[in-house]
Amino acid sequence: MITRIRVHWTILRISIEERLIYRADFALGTLLRFMPIVTTILLWQAIFNGVSPTSDSSKETTIDSYRFSDMVSYYLLVMLGRAFSSMPGLASGIAQDVRDGTIKKYLVQPIDLLGFLFWSRVAHKLIYYLVAAGPFAIMFILCHSFLPGWPDAGTLIGAIVALILGFIIGFLFEATVGLISFWFLEVSSLLFIVMMLNYFLSGHMFPLDLLPGPIRSVILFLPFQYLAYFPAKVLLGQLTQGELFQGLVVQVLWVIGLFFLARFLFSRGVRRYSAFGG
Amino acid sequence: MNFLERSTKRPSYWRVWLTFARNSLVREMSFRANFLITLATRLLWFCSMMIFFKVVFLKTRQINGWGEHEYFAFMATGMIINSLIETFFMANCTNFSEQIRTGNLDFALLKPIDAQFLISLEKIEWSVLSNLLFAGGLLFFSLHKLGIHFGITEMLAYLGFIGVGVSVFYSIMLVLTSASVWMGRNRGLHEFWFYVTVFSRYPRNIYQGSLGLPIYYLLSYCIPILLVVSIPAESLANRKVYDPHLAIVFICASLACLFISRLIFNYALTSYRSASS
Repeated sequence: MITRIRVHWTILRISIEERLIYRADFALGTLLRFMPIVTTILLWQAIFNGVSPTSDSSKETTIDSYRFSDMVSYYLLVMLGRAFSSMPGLASGIAQDVRDGTIKKYLVQPIDLLGFLFWSRVAHKLIYYLVAAGPFAIMFILCHSFLPGWPDAGTLIGAIVALILGFIIGFLFEATVGLISFWFLEVSSLLFIVMMLNYFLSGHMFPLDLLPGPIRSVILFLPFQYLAYFPAKVLLGQLTQGELFQGLVVQVLWVIGLFFLARFLFSRGVRRYSAFGG
Repeated sequence: MNFLERSTKRPSYWRVWLTFARNSLVREMSFRANFLITLATRLLWFCSMMIFFKVVFLKTRQINGWGEHEYFAFMATGMIINSLIETFFMANCTNFSEQIRTGNLDFALLKPIDAQFLISLEKIEWSVLSNLLFAGGLLFFSLHKLGIHFGITEMLAYLGFIGVGVSVFYSIMLVLTSASVWMGRNRGLHEFWFYVTVFSRYPRNIYQGSLGLPIYYLLSYCIPILLVVSIPAESLANRKVYDPHLAIVFICASLACLFISRLIFNYALTSYRSASS
């Protein structure tokens, strides 16, 4: 038990050190991620300006119960959610390791691949939050007039749990996609398709509420909404306590399901594996 | 022609480019499955953007003077320009940092041909050009829905503005590429490119108010990113917002961008040569 904790701590420490080597690159990348939010705010401002005026001119313009401030808040909170759930390079990294034979080191050494990758990602995220905390804080302060007030304690705790579970779902999903490379060596096109579907189905592109009812219902059955849409809805205060609790339970179920799927694919993949390259 | 005459004879750039084009096409045709996959993935991205704005136009009448079909014509124009950039330049610029890392750039610089020409145009991704089919289809469909009948003059002006837009994007890409000489680990060009072009993805007139106006002036009159897609699209599909004076600014700014980017690129090569010698 102590040995396992020590191994995980070593992996975490090495990964943090590796991230800190390319500080400037990391900081620049963090800054760049905030640029699209500016165009998004301006686009939605233009969209709301074009909405047909209602008969009641005293009421603020809404699109599917979203006021302009709610829409801006949604995209800001989706950025926060994606800061937890996005896993850039995870699936492609696994695919690359399988393709060039680097994955052998995980098979001959007493290191579990998925465990190693998980703690590496935790390290990456910790450094990212450290670097991104400042820009995020500035962004939220500048946009404070759009944001709803602080949620109550129960909602805040629920949101934090949702974000952490979103991180785990994001990790397990991307790892699962990467593990497909044990069967299909060239998966870059598949990864692009998955990334694009993720962008759409997670609510990152636009709130899933805007979709017609039947389509929305189908999409909400999938795990993608927990990567961005669900945490944003929690923090916007648009869910009842019951809906929040139900969402968290379903998130836990997805974590368990994806965990077993990833483990299954890994064990089957390793059995099938023959060294390519290396 | 003797040896001295042959060795000092300048190459025909057109014939060299044709050779690049032919070699790239042969290479792509060897991987037909990859060609089809590229087609499918681009189509998927195209469809997702269409779905998003179809949903948006169910909720709103217009986006700052752009109705539904005007906006789809704008999107088609953006696709055309981005397809041309990705087809002819993206792979080469992405490869530049790898050439520096491996030292293969030295061999490229030894060749008796302009370095910028060689580095920018060697590889052509013909499969990406398939986007033009989707974009062209969407453009003509939108123009039909708008009842716009264009003549040769309008189409030539549109294509001319497309060329100007491509030259602006190419200049920016060249400057980003040149930065590889000085930066140790350069962030992937694809990601950087995404953040640069995100501003051109929407019409220039959404940039209003205290937040939008500074961006509008900077990215219209200094680095004309906002005009790259807007001017061609407005000239053909949305004449009520088209501004001929801004079109002149666009053309002049693109010439300045080409000139400045070449200066920066040559300066980068000088730095590279002095470092490696």
